[in-house]
Amino acid sequence: MLKQVEGSAAVAEAVALCRPEVICAYPISPQTHIVEALGRMVAAGTLTPCEFINVESEFAAMSVAIGASAAGARAYTATASQGLLFMAEAVYNAAGLGLPIVMTVANRAIGAPINIWNDHTDALSQRDCGWIQLFAEDNQEALDLHIQAFRLAEELSIPVMVCMDGFILTHAYERVDVPTQQQVDAYLPRYEPRQVLDPADPVSIGAMVGPDAFMEVRYLAHAKQRRTLELIPAWADEFRRVFGRDSGGLTHSYQIEDAETVVVALGSVLGTIKDTVDEMRARGVKIGVLGITCFRPWPTAAVRAALSGAARVVVLEKSLAVGLGGIISNNVAASWTGSSDLVHTVVAGLGGRAITKQSLHRVFGEAVAGSLEPLTFLDLDVDVVERVLAREREQRRSGPIAETILRELGVAATKIV
Amino acid sequence: MSEQPVRFYQTGTFTVGNRLLPEDERSVQANMRRTNSLNSGHRACQGCGEALGARYAIDAAMEATNRQLIAVNATGCLEVFSTPYPESSWQIPWIHSLFGNAAAVATGVAAAMRVKGRSDVRVVAQGGDGGTTDIGFGCLSGMFERNDDVLYICYDNEAYMNTGVQRSSATPPAARTATTMPLGGSAGNRFGQGKNMPVLAMAHDIPYVATATVADLHDLEAKVKRAMEFRGARYIHILVPCPLGWGHGSAETVRMARLAKETGLFPVFEAEHGVVTRVSKIRRKLPVEEYLKPQQRFAHLFHDPPRRDVLDLLQQMADRNILRYGLADETEAAA
Repeated sequence: MLKQVEGSAAVAEAVALCRPEVICAYPISPQTHIVEALGRMVAAGTLTPCEFINVESEFAAMSVAIGASAAGARAYTATASQGLLFMAEAVYNAAGLGLPIVMTVANRAIGAPINIWNDHTDALSQRDCGWIQLFAEDNQEALDLHIQAFRLAEELSIPVMVCMDGFILTHAYERVDVPTQQQVDAYLPRYEPRQVLDPADPVSIGAMVGPDAFMEVRYLAHAKQRRTLELIPAWADEFRRVFGRDSGGLTHSYQIEDAETVVVALGSVLGTIKDTVDEMRARGVKIGVLGITCFRPWPTAAVRAALSGAARVVVLEKSLAVGLGGIISNNVAASWTGSSDLVHTVVAGLGGRAITKQSLHRVFGEAVAGSLEPLTFLDLDVDVVERVLAREREQRRSGPIAETILRELGVAATKIV
Repeated sequence: MSEQPVRFYQTGTFTVGNRLLPEDERSVQANMRRTNSLNSGHRACQGCGEALGARYAIDAAMEATNRQLIAVNATGCLEVFSTPYPESSWQIPWIHSLFGNAAAVATGVAAAMRVKGRSDVRVVAQGGDGGTTDIGFGCLSGMFERNDDVLYICYDNEAYMNTGVQRSSATPPAARTATTMPLGGSAGNRFGQGKNMPVLAMAHDIPYVATATVADLHDLEAKVKRAMEFRGARYIHILVPCPLGWGHGSAETVRMARLAKETGLFPVFEAEHGVVTRVSKIRRKLPVEEYLKPQQRFAHLFHDPPRRDVLDLLQQMADRNILRYGLADETEAAA
């Protein structure tokens, strides 16, 4: 059924259609509307049977989900940013125990300085935690990925994180096609756990494992994730048959067939990139786009195939490996047969800075012209940075970093070019 | 002839008298059909109080729930010595997740049971004092506050024993640990610090709170069974002496636990909905030195000259407990 709803509401409806049995709720922007909506459904009795638990922290949210999942219930929670870091120990634990929890991450920057706006540093900080990580491009895909996530998680007994851009998607009202309960039931079988706490058949879950078997446990986690690379495209095909639309999969390519320059990105910024590429194509520039839907496991073969005809690659990422450069570009470079010198990293949109077509035209143009630096910070205010660095050279007590920058700027507002 | 309550004075222990009781009043441990939930073969130290406490408590909980029990364990000695891969001593469904989240994981298990209509299956969470009073306190308080249907059992050996005897917020004043050494004029752990977890549990107004020691099997089992008569959050705090960390003989574990109670340093009581309903009276009050002297962790108090000042402070603590909980047995004193 077509609806014009907020992204969070669309995700809440998708999660509810998956018949979750335990939902753990803890507020953190920009995720909060999702659990609020689910809480209303449980209170109204439209989502039943379901236990909606208001916990005291994100660490508890993931821990309650771990207990519920281990006891055989379909468990869901949502978080973002600091919340994801606060639950990090339990995030790793859920993966290590092999519990098929599904969690939405409404991507948001990590402080300090505290910042509630969107980038991908939260989810990417957990890239090696053992969860499958899927990134939605728009609200329809966010909705669809949640339905696929429960199926993936439960088949493989691996937790799945569905990442959607905070505010840009969670708070945006868009048209979405909400499937029927019959469709979801046809796609998502009843949860049959691979391991469960059951007095009739007692098992010990979470035993201590020493050097004799730890490597094997970790290898199995890796092997399962690599197997996911085969299942995801197959299940995206099945999703198309049941729901009648393309959603999910490993990657999405756009205008890539004859592209000499390929832009790689994750999430909602793909829309702006495609619009920019359309305009450049109209001027005869051979440029295309590769969107990464499945970030973990990393789809090495799919990325390699998609980039096989490219002369150069621009990775535009809302994340930063401080002291190195790009996180995603490293994964891309490792998957590309071409020279890593021709993989350009553009760090963009940190802390919610707007990524405009004008700026994208500039960097993509530089890439095509061969003048783009290996690492670029899109729309970085170089003057301010230079002045702060000069101040630090001159003054021992140069002051708090964020405050110094705001003073240099003379404004305390988000800078939009 | 007036009736007298049954007491077991024969040897100073409560276990020997078991044989004199009618069968239905005997301890779970004395029953041939006890579940051995924590089975033999685990790797606890000789004389481990926690192994004893866990076995007593979980077997009692198993009997009280008709064997429909799931246990959640915090990281710590109990977890490590009971489940070294690929072995497990647990004969019941058991999960270990992290150090600080046992209460929350138990909430999740209880929620799963509720949503599946399995109200017959009950949930126990257990951890040491570090996992309870320190790193797990946030999750525990959350579980209490929501009144989730979980019995949380703290096996209190008064320090982080698994990592090599470091101070926790349950470590008593003056005790030596690896991080509270009696050096430089100070005498071990500071006075005026620490958390009184049973009282904090009561402050949450949860249905049932109790303390117990491994010295009194009947009392411990009765409290676990009583706890299982309630729905909602329940807390039992069991003092479990640790021969390694306390520095007493491994055959002295039960005696140490009894002395902790008989000196008044560890008050044994139970409370319902935030109100103390019963206390275990002290039969023959003993000076705190009787309890402290056999323990290496207090050895620095008994050098020449002994630290009378510190011993006096510890005696005052015991006396305050006796007054606060009414631990003195007036009938005994009168007789």
